[in-house]
Amino acid sequence: MVGILEDKDRIFTNLYGFHDWGLEGAKQRGCWNATRDILSYGRDWIITNVKNSGLRGRGGAGFSTGLKWSFMPKEVKDRPHYLVVNADESEPGTCKDREIMRHDPHLLIEGCLIASFAMQAHACYIYIRGEYVFERERLEAAIKQAYEAKLVGKNNVHGWDFDIYVHHGGGAYICGEETALLESLEGKKGQPRLKPPFPAGAGLYGCPTTVNNVESIAVVGTILRRGAAWFAGFGAQNNTGTKLFCISGHVERPCNVEEAMSIPFRQLIEDHCGGIRGGWGNLKAVIPGGSSVPMIPAEQCENMPMDFDTLRGLGSGLGTAAVIVMDKSTDLIKAIARLSYFYKHESCGQCTPCREGTGWMWRVMERMAKGDADPKEIDILLDVTKQVEGHTICALGDAAAWPIQGLIRHFRHEIEDRIAQYRSSKGNFAGHSIAAE
Amino acid sequence: MSVRRLAAVQPDSFAFKPETLEKANWWIAKYPENRRQSAVIPILWLIQKQEGWVSEPAIAVVAEMLGMARIRVYEVATFYTMFMLEPVGSAALIQVCGTTPCQLRGSEALMKVCKDKIGPKDKLSADGKFYWQEVECLGACTNAPMAQINDYFYEDLTPDNLAQIIDDFAAGKTPKTGPYNGRFTSEPLGGATTLKDPSLYDGSAAKPLKIPNAPEAEVKA
Ligand SMILES: Cc1cc2nc3c(=O)[nH]c(=O)nc-3n(C[C@H](O)[C@H](O)[C@H](O)COP(=O)(O)O)c2cc1C
Ligand code: SF4
Ligand code: FES
Repeated sequence: MVGILEDKDRIFTNLYGFHDWGLEGAKQRGCWNATRDILSYGRDWIITNVKNSGLRGRGGAGFSTGLKWSFMPKEVKDRPHYLVVNADESEPGTCKDREIMRHDPHLLIEGCLIASFAMQAHACYIYIRGEYVFERERLEAAIKQAYEAKLVGKNNVHGWDFDIYVHHGGGAYICGEETALLESLEGKKGQPRLKPPFPAGAGLYGCPTTVNNVESIAVVGTILRRGAAWFAGFGAQNNTGTKLFCISGHVERPCNVEEAMSIPFRQLIEDHCGGIRGGWGNLKAVIPGGSSVPMIPAEQCENMPMDFDTLRGLGSGLGTAAVIVMDKSTDLIKAIARLSYFYKHESCGQCTPCREGTGWMWRVMERMAKGDADPKEIDILLDVTKQVEGHTICALGDAAAWPIQGLIRHFRHEIEDRIAQYRSSKGNFAGHSIAAE
Repeated sequence: MSVRRLAAVQPDSFAFKPETLEKANWWIAKYPENRRQSAVIPILWLIQKQEGWVSEPAIAVVAEMLGMARIRVYEVATFYTMFMLEPVGSAALIQVCGTTPCQLRGSEALMKVCKDKIGPKDKLSADGKFYWQEVECLGACTNAPMAQINDYFYEDLTPDNLAQIIDDFAAGKTPKTGPYNGRFTSEPLGGATTLKDPSLYDGSAAKPLKIPNAPEAEVKA
């Protein structure tokens, strides 16, 4: 068998768009089957079963989805409740929600209905990154089908009045941060809010709101149809379920694929991607969870189970399960410098450590990529990453710090060699001016 | 953060085309009555579709339409780099993704093609037909390297493909979107390794089913 998961246990059966994305096709594949029964069992039943499935948020942080839903107020008071779906998908390496929206949009729409019902929301907004024009058009077409079939809308067949809207986002990475997303959805600059209050207390338009990733929501219908135990049966303890992996970089055949959580790295790459480009011995390092998590050197990768807890234990993270593979031809310093540029470009600028720090780190990384630095600056750079990390309003500061920390942790010698090489080429060993401007 | 300003040269006025206005009102209707401001990004984008870019008079019109202070619309237009603040090419706006996953698979060679054929980045080409930029991850990394051209994605590109695509746009054609290496979407090149079981697609999943761990009948509401 290829991989661990069998086809019959895959949720995203139209992941590649080989089949009809529309309502008829989706129904044939099991979507919208028994949705009415699911709602009839009530909110508590839904939340309990989502909790029991072990589903952890697929947007990066890996927080229990069922538990998050239970934070919403038990009763609807003066303010309506909202579900907001995070379809900003901008973490470099990540391109899974895109496939759901353009190829299996009804799984997402059905999930939105179930989740909204469970949290007593009558309206849901899906915030999709602005550049996903095709995906937005497709999703809107699918929503139109769902309205016409009375699956959603007022007086729908499910007995829960429910409006679902696609919102056109601004195409900024920071709008993936949930409170920046809410600001953007309210028509403002996407700058994260200070928390508390948390969105469950005061989110969209000041109303109780839950923000969930596209994949987290799109799996819910199938989980409830197949049973919490079915989903919990894949992967390791506390790291359950099936998961979309996005494998990019230096593999023979990059792809998106749904696999069992905790699949060993080597099996994921061998079975679905045709191995590492140039053979297994050519692997240098892997960024296993989207650009914000620290890289892992080849020696630690081979048998590592791809899940939240294992990767955290290795000083990295599963993040969005966007696996960026780098072979021995990779200039790792340059690769990370390019990420530093990304974070500098995407900082919203409202906190000083992030606004100034991301620019500073990028400029130093650019010099390090050339070797035009002093070896002492490696520690200064590391120290600056530590000063940014944890001292900002949102986690973009951490996300900018971690890739550099991972590089220095595992490949410090490469930076030192680069500096030595540069110096010998210049014939200049005298003290160098420290740091950037 | 990128510091962005409006273009020095601005048109005298902006007017919605009827179809743009209709779409704008469709967006406004998605939000609660007193939350029209939520439509600001979709409407600025519609304007960009109509004009190619977002001008100062357009910002003023949107502010009026949504009951916002002009400075708030200005802030939005400058904050989001997806909004172009000066005229772009009449044939194509080419946005090559330069972030690491694309860089690892050759985005630098794509940018060289743009430079050679169009000119320096972030500038209108001499003939006014093209404008190209390096942008950040567009969320199609397993199809790297890639570029967004006007609205859609061109994926799994080689320098030769891109050169041809540019020539086609210059000749007034619209080249096909999606992957250029023969695959359908993001399945592994040469064929999917999964989703081959025919029973997934024969309708058996649509048959009536019993939900596991359903509560006892009497507690059903
Ligand atoms: C800088 C930054 C960018 C983020 N980008 C995304 C994103 O593009 N998509 C996403 O679902 N979550 C993103 N997140 C995480 C969200 O803030 C939030 O945790 C998530 O949407 C919650 O959904 P989940 O519980 O279903 O995972 C980002 C977080 C940060 C700090
Ligand atoms: S950490 Fe950076 S992105 Fe986040 S709020 Fe502060 S300045 Fe903005
Ligand atoms: S890095 Fe280019 S699309 Fe993600």
